[in-house]
Amino acid sequence: MSEERQIQLEVLRYNPETDSQPRYQTYTVPCVNEWVVLDALNYVKENLDPTLSYRWSCHMAVCGSCGYMINGEPKLGCKAFIHEYGDHIRVEPLANFPIERDLVTVVEDFIAKLASVKPYLIPKEDKPISAGEFRQTPAELKKYKQYTLCINCMLCYAACPQYGLVPEFLGPAAISMAHRYNQDSRDGGRDQRQEVVATDEGVWECSFVGACSEVCPKHVDPAGALQQVKVASTIDWYKEHLMPWVKK
Amino acid sequence: MAKSNKPIFWGLFAAGGTVTAFVTPVLVLLTLFAAMGFSPDLFTYEALRGFAAHWLGKLIILGVIVLSLWHAAHRLRVTVHDFGVRADAVVAYVVYGIAGLGTLMTIVYLLRI
Repeated sequence: MSEERQIQLEVLRYNPETDSQPRYQTYTVPCVNEWVVLDALNYVKENLDPTLSYRWSCHMAVCGSCGYMINGEPKLGCKAFIHEYGDHIRVEPLANFPIERDLVTVVEDFIAKLASVKPYLIPKEDKPISAGEFRQTPAELKKYKQYTLCINCMLCYAACPQYGLVPEFLGPAAISMAHRYNQDSRDGGRDQRQEVVATDEGVWECSFVGACSEVCPKHVDPAGALQQVKVASTIDWYKEHLMPWVKK
Repeated sequence: MAKSNKPIFWGLFAAGGTVTAFVTPVLVLLTLFAAMGFSPDLFTYEALRGFAAHWLGKLIILGVIVLSLWHAAHRLRVTVHDFGVRADAVVAYVVYGIAGLGTLMTIVYLLRI
């Protein structure tokens, strides 16, 4: 049987039209243990305070919308089970992002960075449709499949101290996504992506803290991807500077 | 955006990390054995000097010392940054300077053997 208990849900509130700075508001929420934090937020929205703003959609860790700081840790609201917490849970917007309103953050910076690495297949050569599909072996698929699991939830950006310090840093998810396409046997766009990835603000701003991989809800392991990108970019550098006659 | 020149240092850092991960623990262990009086003929002064006198031995010693130095330098640079010191250029000059000096000294001392 479901056990019901009351929790104190402390939520960061901020309305840029009326508030000079963010404040906390605590709601008493009757929960069943099987609930996730997102359920508690929905309870508040439906029963206690319809003015509370937050993003969510799928409730099953697929859409990547409901990332919040839950007791100071970047988590998906739909994956953070109430039974894993005490009776007091604090929910704040994702760290390192400006607040738009309450738990809603401004994500344009991330979207622009993601777009800058051209996260789509750039075929090596154009092929007419009549020539058939680009075929791939299971081994070729395995090389990049893990990195396709990213849901752009931005938890890794909230966890990354480097992104917090240096907002220009391209960041874990965008570089992992670049790596995903670079590793794809059907793709020929790596040189274009390297123009953005192999820069100081690109992969080289990463100091390998590894927090991105710890918080990733889909086990993409962005830190691992970044290390692989560093190795490949280093080999590029030595090739370009020590063996300039070698064509890429 | 210009491509970064960090691969120079990161390349040495990564190579040094591999070396220190695999070789350093063994060297520490062997040194401990020798310190405890367990030193087979392989570790005698003459044997080790002979190793260091051969060009291949010199090359191996140079690789281990120099790569470890550059690894430590870069690691220290990042650690200082992680501790909140925001003077990366100064820190980089200092730590890489020490590694550079160590590299030169290693070469000089190895050539003298």
